[in-house]
Amino acid sequence: MRGLNTALGAAGLAAFLALGEAVPRLGLVKEAYFPPTSRIASALWDELTDGAFWSALGDTLTGWAIGLAIAAGAGVVVGVLVSIVPYLREATASTIEFLRPIPSVALIPLAVLLYGTQLKSVLLLVVYASFWQVLIQTLYGVQDVDPVAEETARSYGLGTWARVRHVLWPTALPYVMTGVRLAAAVALILAITAELVIGAPGLGQRIAIAQTSQAVPDLYALIVVAGLLGLIVNVGARTVERRALAWHQSVRGEVAV
Amino acid sequence: MHALDVSGLQKVYEGSGRRVEAVRDLTFTVETGELVCLVGPSGCGKTTLLKCVGGLLAPSAGRVMLSGKPVSGPPPGMAFVFQEYGRSLFPWMRVGENVELPLKQKGLSKARRRELVADALESVGLSDAAGAYPWQLSGGMQQRVAIARALAYEPQVLLMDEPFAAVDAQTRADLEDLVRRLWRERGMTILFVTHDIDEAVYLGERVVVLSASPTVVQEQLKVDLPAERDQLHTRVDPRFAELRTHVYQQIQAAKRGVPQDEVTKSNTPPPH
Amino acid sequence: MRRLLLRLFFVVALPLVLVAVWWAASDGSTNPFWPPLRTILKTFPDVWTGDRLRTDVLPSIWRLAAGYALATVVGIALGTVIGSYRRVRAVCEPVLEFLRAVPPPVLVPVIMLFAGIGDTMKIVVIASGCVWPVLLNTVEGVRAVDSVMLETARSYGITGVARLRNLVLRSASPQIFAGLRQALSIGIILMVISEMFAASDGIGFTIVQFQRSFAIPDMWTGILVLGLLGFLLSVLFQLVERRVLAWYHGLRASTRRSP
Repeated sequence: MRGLNTALGAAGLAAFLALGEAVPRLGLVKEAYFPPTSRIASALWDELTDGAFWSALGDTLTGWAIGLAIAAGAGVVVGVLVSIVPYLREATASTIEFLRPIPSVALIPLAVLLYGTQLKSVLLLVVYASFWQVLIQTLYGVQDVDPVAEETARSYGLGTWARVRHVLWPTALPYVMTGVRLAAAVALILAITAELVIGAPGLGQRIAIAQTSQAVPDLYALIVVAGLLGLIVNVGARTVERRALAWHQSVRGEVAV
Repeated sequence: MHALDVSGLQKVYEGSGRRVEAVRDLTFTVETGELVCLVGPSGCGKTTLLKCVGGLLAPSAGRVMLSGKPVSGPPPGMAFVFQEYGRSLFPWMRVGENVELPLKQKGLSKARRRELVADALESVGLSDAAGAYPWQLSGGMQQRVAIARALAYEPQVLLMDEPFAAVDAQTRADLEDLVRRLWRERGMTILFVTHDIDEAVYLGERVVVLSASPTVVQEQLKVDLPAERDQLHTRVDPRFAELRTHVYQQIQAAKRGVPQDEVTKSNTPPPH
Repeated sequence: MRRLLLRLFFVVALPLVLVAVWWAASDGSTNPFWPPLRTILKTFPDVWTGDRLRTDVLPSIWRLAAGYALATVVGIALGTVIGSYRRVRAVCEPVLEFLRAVPPPVLVPVIMLFAGIGDTMKIVVIASGCVWPVLLNTVEGVRAVDSVMLETARSYGITGVARLRNLVLRSASPQIFAGLRQALSIGIILMVISEMFAASDGIGFTIVQFQRSFAIPDMWTGILVLGLLGFLLSVLFQLVERRVLAWYHGLRASTRRSP
């Protein structure tokens, strides 16, 4: 069954690529707007052999990684703090609900003014958007803590820090992993977007350049790269999540006995 | 003409290199207005059989006739009551809407639909619950709603697949009485599948005992208890005990795998 | 009564404190990037007059609504088809996984090739980003319809459009709404970006204009407006969701009470 599904999927992909080749060549779409797959593939090859491309990719990944790390760290710390300090949760609920839907792109003009086209512009946007993903998921996770387990720990005289380590953290961990996974995807999108709109160095800026110089096949090739990058991040994050949880489950299993 | 005529029913499952014969050869009939119970050891394909009869599964061989017409898909003359009421009623519709939905499919007028729904809900004692959501009701009440839905559909044959297996014993007793009452009041034809031997004997006019998988008809019993039955008296009736013991022994034999030639293939139930 | 007051206190306490801190910290600020909150609030009504609401805010909201609606219709329609047939899903899956991984803003240059720089471009950009969460969540929701419910529908002869309307889409609606929620956030982002890229009006365009002409307090009012818009749309969404999915919330509450 799985073999058949993989085969079907591969067939679908092949059909998609074939369509991409046929449609512009048949004149259904203007070739200037939509180059055939083969032209895009060759532009992609040109990119891959261009040193500037790799340095741009590196810039994007740097912004993504640093932003994600900061956001994840901050999100977890704030999430845990809000949960263990009494009443802080209720007090912050309305603020979080208000700040959360604010689109990160609203900060673009501010970022431009403050940091111009430096990495910090990108980081401002990435951290702001990704932080919420991690925070919200951490809060869900903390909410899921079994009150009986918490009571038991308290009755055994475990201090706050010990309770966080042995009760709160193991329960919240799966949620935190989900939050990091979601944040990873968002961080990539924001990083590339920031580069695209602001002009900070990276893939996004390269795309903007391709657009202004009317290099249409290059444009498409870079979009394909962005998509593949996004795919790798999505799949990678899902795998990491599964691995971390597998370990988590088995450890919990042992301790429970 | 029989209400239901099942002959030579066979169902074979093929998949991942294995071939499982769930049902080998089932032959029996149900007369109009009869209440027949099917009992058998666990895993003997009771649900498979009922789904084939109801047109939800296509049999590998044999045929099912509803009032002389072959069944090749769920016919409008049959209504099915599932065991998992919680997963059979639609939670986004209120009770009244749930009961009404199949009637819309039949193309009945609004007035007629309302009439049938009100009548069905009254028969199961849930007239007041029409505006509630199924998940607001207890398990027993939800199953009543499912029964009401089947009643309102005005089927020729009612198929019930272990409908009371998932409710507690007291509720089950009430629901069993409900089924018997509805059967007597409306003169419906009911095919009732259960694993509970007591329930089969208490409810049925005739009990069909199934063998273990691959399933055939092990034996058919006529339940000669009085038509008026109640939980208190009927269950302590000595005849009840005899019948249930007999069925129990048959099922034990079925589990052990009674040889083929000792199995009754005859359709007429033996006189007792 | 006391509980209500307590809840109200918690809702406004921190925001008030934060606003007060912002006011105090920025008061008398000479940093051009961080004007005093007082100045920002004073500039607000001057900038966002009734006229500007009509010429900038309304077009933005209209584009967002049109793109969002388009994405909803396409996403649910395609999602239902793909989710209903296992084979179709298997064929489409790799392509969909790739397409949804492309960061939506990146498509703006491409879409500009086809659609120019007018309203159509922006609507297409918004729709192209919003469609993915709707589509994928619809596929999941349609796939996960309970098998017993499907059999029940089949046994009562409920097929075709009736089955779709009464069973499949209703059953999938909680999942679809989750997708619609995500799509809303993406839509707002794309609305702003498409306007920052190439526009002659709109909220995003206005904010960029202010930034370029160094009208900093005005720029900040624009950021506030965006924040307000995001918040209001989120509240509106929750109101709609709570009504449409009232049955779902009730169901979950009842299963939580009695496992």
